Amino acid sequence: MCADVHGTGDATLAANPLSAQPIHPMRVGLLVTCLVDMMRPNIGFAALDLLESAGCSVVVPEGQTCCGQPGWNSGDRESAKALSEKLIAEFADCPWVVAPSGSCAGMVRTHYPELFRDDPLMREKARALAGRTWELTDFLANVAKVHAVPGRFSGTLTYHDTCSGLRELGVKAQPRRLLAMLPGAKLQEMTGCETCCGFGGTFAVKFSEISTLMADQKCENIAASGADAVVLGDLGCMLNIEGRLRKRGDATRVLHIAEVLAGDTGDTGEASGAGR
Amino acid sequence: MKAQSVRFKARSADAMANPVLQRNLGRFATGGLGKLRADAVAAYGSQAFEDLREAAKAIRDRSLASLDVWIAQFEQEAVRRGATVLFAETAEDARDLVLEICRRHDIRKAVKSKSMLSEEAGLNEALAEAGVQPVETDLGEYIIQLAGEAPSHIIAPAVHKSRDEVSDLFEQHHGTPRKTDIPQMTREAREALRAHFLSGDLGISGGNFLIAETGSGIIVTNEGNGRMVTTLPRVHVCITGIEKVIPTLEDLSTLLRILPRSATGQAISNYASFFTGVRGEADAEGPEHMYFVLVDGGRTNLVGTDLQDMLRCIRCGACMNHCPVYGAVGGHAYGWVYPGPMGAVLTPAYVGLEEALDLPQAATLCGACSVVCPVKIPLPDLMRTLREKQVERGLRPESERVGLRLWSWFAQHPKLYALATRIAVRVMRWHADKAGMIYWMPFASGWVGSGKAGEGRFLPAPAGKTFRELLAARRRGP
Repeated sequence: MCADVHGTGDATLAANPLSAQPIHPMRVGLLVTCLVDMMRPNIGFAALDLLESAGCSVVVPEGQTCCGQPGWNSGDRESAKALSEKLIAEFADCPWVVAPSGSCAGMVRTHYPELFRDDPLMREKARALAGRTWELTDFLANVAKVHAVPGRFSGTLTYHDTCSGLRELGVKAQPRRLLAMLPGAKLQEMTGCETCCGFGGTFAVKFSEISTLMADQKCENIAASGADAVVLGDLGCMLNIEGRLRKRGDATRVLHIAEVLAGDTGDTGEASGAGR
Repeated sequence: MKAQSVRFKARSADAMANPVLQRNLGRFATGGLGKLRADAVAAYGSQAFEDLREAAKAIRDRSLASLDVWIAQFEQEAVRRGATVLFAETAEDARDLVLEICRRHDIRKAVKSKSMLSEEAGLNEALAEAGVQPVETDLGEYIIQLAGEAPSHIIAPAVHKSRDEVSDLFEQHHGTPRKTDIPQMTREAREALRAHFLSGDLGISGGNFLIAETGSGIIVTNEGNGRMVTTLPRVHVCITGIEKVIPTLEDLSTLLRILPRSATGQAISNYASFFTGVRGEADAEGPEHMYFVLVDGGRTNLVGTDLQDMLRCIRCGACMNHCPVYGAVGGHAYGWVYPGPMGAVLTPAYVGLEEALDLPQAATLCGACSVVCPVKIPLPDLMRTLREKQVERGLRPESERVGLRLWSWFAQHPKLYALATRIAVRVMRWHADKAGMIYWMPFASGWVGSGKAGEGRFLPAPAGKTFRELLAARRRGP
């Protein structure tokens, strides 16, 4: 079920200078996530490039769609269950699963086992997958243990900690450690970097005004940091922050951590903020 | 208190349109109790504090697991020391019991220390109707009583008020020249309250905990008013929830280490006032009559359910101090006694799911509440559970149900999903302006809001091709 990206498998990158573990490439299944697939495919490729440059052999299971989080957070357990069963099967033979999203990785790691409280067999499968699933920066920093990244960035960055990554998975130091490896980039922390941006999935639509007020606070903190770009690890928050910044007439760039680390920051016209 | 939670959206809109409130909330968010807590945790040692949370959770779980036993023991010990223990099935029953006590002891004035259960029971209105003057003596509660409002925070009830607003209130009600210096204002309130303490014939307090081992109640306060209320008047009524009973003083000592640190960042509150039975012959002070009113008010309905974790709550307020939604709309928007994440669970649980449909939904599930909760209540999980109950009971709008089902159905059919997303991203791309922004979303109008600058956001447009399309192209090669 796991098809290799280049169709050739694991002969890749055995001697990659950026990787600490070059000998037996780790076989990683890329959980693209539905929002990356639709809204920002370049982030998927950036994640893929980063994993390959870390010496991994990357497969992208075909047919993957959505992890089921919208249903789960909206009280529709049955939808969430159906989609999680599908995802568990799709990634069954991937020893590692990596997502460029704290929220989707958090769904699999933290909530999949809870979905099957009355089904011991599926719960075990869910637990097994949860144990193999990682958020991208967590994987690069703590599993692949990279000591260099391909990207570069000239300017100041500020990092927004996205809620699920931070509180469900403990993603805090990992992206900062990786950003510190970027030549030219300076990290300037903003006030309230751990405060929610107001996205919250359907919350942003159901409680538009409250969500906007929260996003405004985030935009003000980003502006006050003086950074050239805000970097984060989740598409939903990214679209929320970017959409609100632009409505406020603020051109501060909004970049996914994978884009920055992979060197796909659109300086040649691929800017995330500029669309394409 | 009649719940107004069905009006959450309207109430939160009012709150966001109120510039004074927004300024007060902003000040609270940046310099408030959350920061004080963080400093206290750092001083205690963050790992040690984690251990303390685990211990506090274990104590609360142990208390709740045999709550019936501890309540029986508490009653026995309290009665042995001369107190009367009364049980109320509902908050209204509790109100009636207090009124009955007032009649029996010919009460004219009740001085009150903060009690959230008294708010649940709407006690002040009932006392006034029965000819008993209720006087709130906690400074924050005193302020909002003068203003004729309800608390907007469980431990800082007047946090929504600015100094100027309080100055106006004091000038109006004390009949003294307007003051703006805070120490002078608190002195003035103190003087006004002193006369009430001395003339009150009933003291009404809440109870942070009840201790089964000794039949005692305890309240933690910072102003000393609680001690006055529980010792000066000839009758004392402690009104609190049945879930507040804990087994031993040893358990209390652990909980007292974590409660003030979580609430206000204090290592210890200024006062921890115990009350055990009536005044003894050798005692210089204390009430002649002592009542405990233990209220169920929906609590036993949670026992053994997937909401039971909520009963661990020790009412510190840390969840609301760290909640970005509370920070945006304040406490009154939630429409009942308990605001913030705590209220998002307690209101539907105690008042009814239908009475508070928005509350469990009005959260981003960011988790800031659960990581600071001293007894590790998984608040976002409980809100999700309540959302699930809303779906099960058919309480969600049809459009939302259909939307979710449709998404889920497509996502289970990858080929159709690929086709649908392929079309969707192109359609969205066509609707974007030159800067790559979409202004109009027919099925999710909340995202873009109205045309006003203060509302909603643009949608950054998709790239125009999906990852799966581009990946297939990459595989085919150039």
